[in-house]
Amino acid sequence: MSTAIPAVRFSVVRRQFGEVRAIDDVGFEIADGEFFSLLGPSGSGKTTCLRLIAGFEQPDAGTIEIHGVNVAGVPPYQRDVNTVFQDYALFPHMSVGQNVEYGLMIRKVPAAERSRRAEEMLELVKLAGMRGRKPAQLSGGQRQRVALARALINRPRVLLLDEPLGALDLKLREAMQVELKALQRQVGITFVYVTHDQGEALSMSDRVAVFNLGRIEQIDTPAAIYEHPATAFVAGFVGVSNLCEGEVAKRLSGSAEPFAIRPEKIRIAREDAPTPDGWVYAGGRVESIVYLGAATRYTVELDGGGSLTVLHQNADDRDHGPASGARVRLAWQARHQQRLGGQRA
Amino acid sequence: MTAAALQSSAPLQRLSNALYLQPRLLLFLLLTPPLLWLGVIYLGSLFALLAQSFFYIDEYSGMVVREVSLATWRQLFTLANLDIVLRTTAMAAAVTAGAALLGFPLAYYMVRYASTRMKALLYLGVMLPLWSSYLVRVYSWKLILAKEGIITWLSEQLHLTWLLEGMLALPVIGGPSLSTSDIGTFLVFLYVWLPFMILPVVAALERVPRTLIEASADLGAPPGATFRRVIWPLALPGVVAGSIFTFSLTLGDYIIPGIVGSSHPFIGQAVYAHQGTAGNVPLAAALTIVPIAIMAVYLTVAKRMGAFDAL
Repeated sequence: MSTAIPAVRFSVVRRQFGEVRAIDDVGFEIADGEFFSLLGPSGSGKTTCLRLIAGFEQPDAGTIEIHGVNVAGVPPYQRDVNTVFQDYALFPHMSVGQNVEYGLMIRKVPAAERSRRAEEMLELVKLAGMRGRKPAQLSGGQRQRVALARALINRPRVLLLDEPLGALDLKLREAMQVELKALQRQVGITFVYVTHDQGEALSMSDRVAVFNLGRIEQIDTPAAIYEHPATAFVAGFVGVSNLCEGEVAKRLSGSAEPFAIRPEKIRIAREDAPTPDGWVYAGGRVESIVYLGAATRYTVELDGGGSLTVLHQNADDRDHGPASGARVRLAWQARHQQRLGGQRA
Repeated sequence: MTAAALQSSAPLQRLSNALYLQPRLLLFLLLTPPLLWLGVIYLGSLFALLAQSFFYIDEYSGMVVREVSLATWRQLFTLANLDIVLRTTAMAAAVTAGAALLGFPLAYYMVRYASTRMKALLYLGVMLPLWSSYLVRVYSWKLILAKEGIITWLSEQLHLTWLLEGMLALPVIGGPSLSTSDIGTFLVFLYVWLPFMILPVVAALERVPRTLIEASADLGAPPGATFRRVIWPLALPGVVAGSIFTFSLTLGDYIIPGIVGSSHPFIGQAVYAHQGTAGNVPLAAALTIVPIAIMAVYLTVAKRMGAFDAL
């Protein structure tokens, strides 16, 4: 965060398509050099935000500033931002090299320098020697890297990424997450990253904005979003959470105020096990067991109504935990109960 | 399924199973009729035509002499015949260029901007003329273009008579009226063949995703550069496909220039005259080879220029 002027600033921005408000009253600031994620389910407005920054859409109300400059009416080709598209949008009639050099060619950079920088970029994304290939001859992961190189070669001040890993398989996606994060540190460019994958947003971002129905529910660091969700929606969308409200909340915490508790924060033990001081506990019966390898997920029917999901780490190969139908005692520390705002999911 | 159930299956079912298990047999059955048609009737007649052009006509008896000779080909390369070839080729090129210029924006609008409903209406509008008789349409154009026709009347109403007269006063392509000039022939050709340009261009543009255009803008290219470097190269195979239709159909047509146009003949009319009244089938055959040769040259040049790179 080298300068005081934010890389991107939205103030009360609205964009509507017909009657539908794709984003409504959205405001945020992205610091220079930050890895900022826009997280939300499809149709929540995150992609619209990205397209507003790129200039493919114009806001119906509010202002958008990029590095302190109001970009109202500035077309995409005059903005100092570049985009990595979800479908990569590589030009099929050009080679990998021509694709990467496209932005420089448009800017009339001399051929020799163009070629040198393309070489560097392809090396950076580990595609050296692929220059002459056509996009159709590349794998999904390689195309993704070409798209990245094609955007980064222009040295944009902000790089926009629209679900860039969505089309890759799990292993490759995880490898690319690490690489992208490392690359971002290396080039020091502000990354604005759109994703519906909460794991991706949590693992890569400096800060995350959680979108729902065209509005921002919460903006914070990944840890804060996960440990202290502001609303029931955030608690439910980011990670898995037990949502307790009404009668159940009152019985467990003594207050009708709704709260959420993460499954891994709850300990599961035999009914007669001792409970440490200051812990909240509840008795119940194991309803179902799902074995996940690293952990086991129990659904426990509570005495007096309601149920809680518990994640139990399989740290000991001889500890098989309670069987289905067994009576158990659940316990957790009161501070892990996340109080939620009034909004419901 | 038990063995008994297999035994009892209907003959049709057994045939389906046999074809499913023997895909080569299925292919053989499916491809034999079209290949016979293509090989024997289609290509056969073409080669018969080529062979005919190496016979010649006896000047005294007027009979075709069935001996291999280059006499007919020498006759083809006389000034009068070259004039016909040149005029026809120029007309075909002009019609193709006109169709591309008129068709491309419409095709682009249909693909990029039109609503589903508008698109359906435009498709209908483009194809509607193809449902009615070609002859009727050409004759109605003769009425439109005639000296007493709608266009003359309209230009009087708009005080543009000077423009019409100026056009008709042009050397070579002008004439006493639109319906008796090469300009008129051009207009009718353009009208009749335009759908054959629009449809392939629409098909090509459909395959250019919107994100490619956005990506180009995102990388700093203003709309003109995006058109030149992304849209046009990707649409070019469609334009070339359309131009194959407009070019070859114009090269071979003999009805339109016979109804609307000047007295100078086009290739099609010359072929018609030579095989009919003049009885010179070898020369007619040689003249027919000309459009084929022109198309071959055209496609080679188009390929060299990279028109099919995006395929």
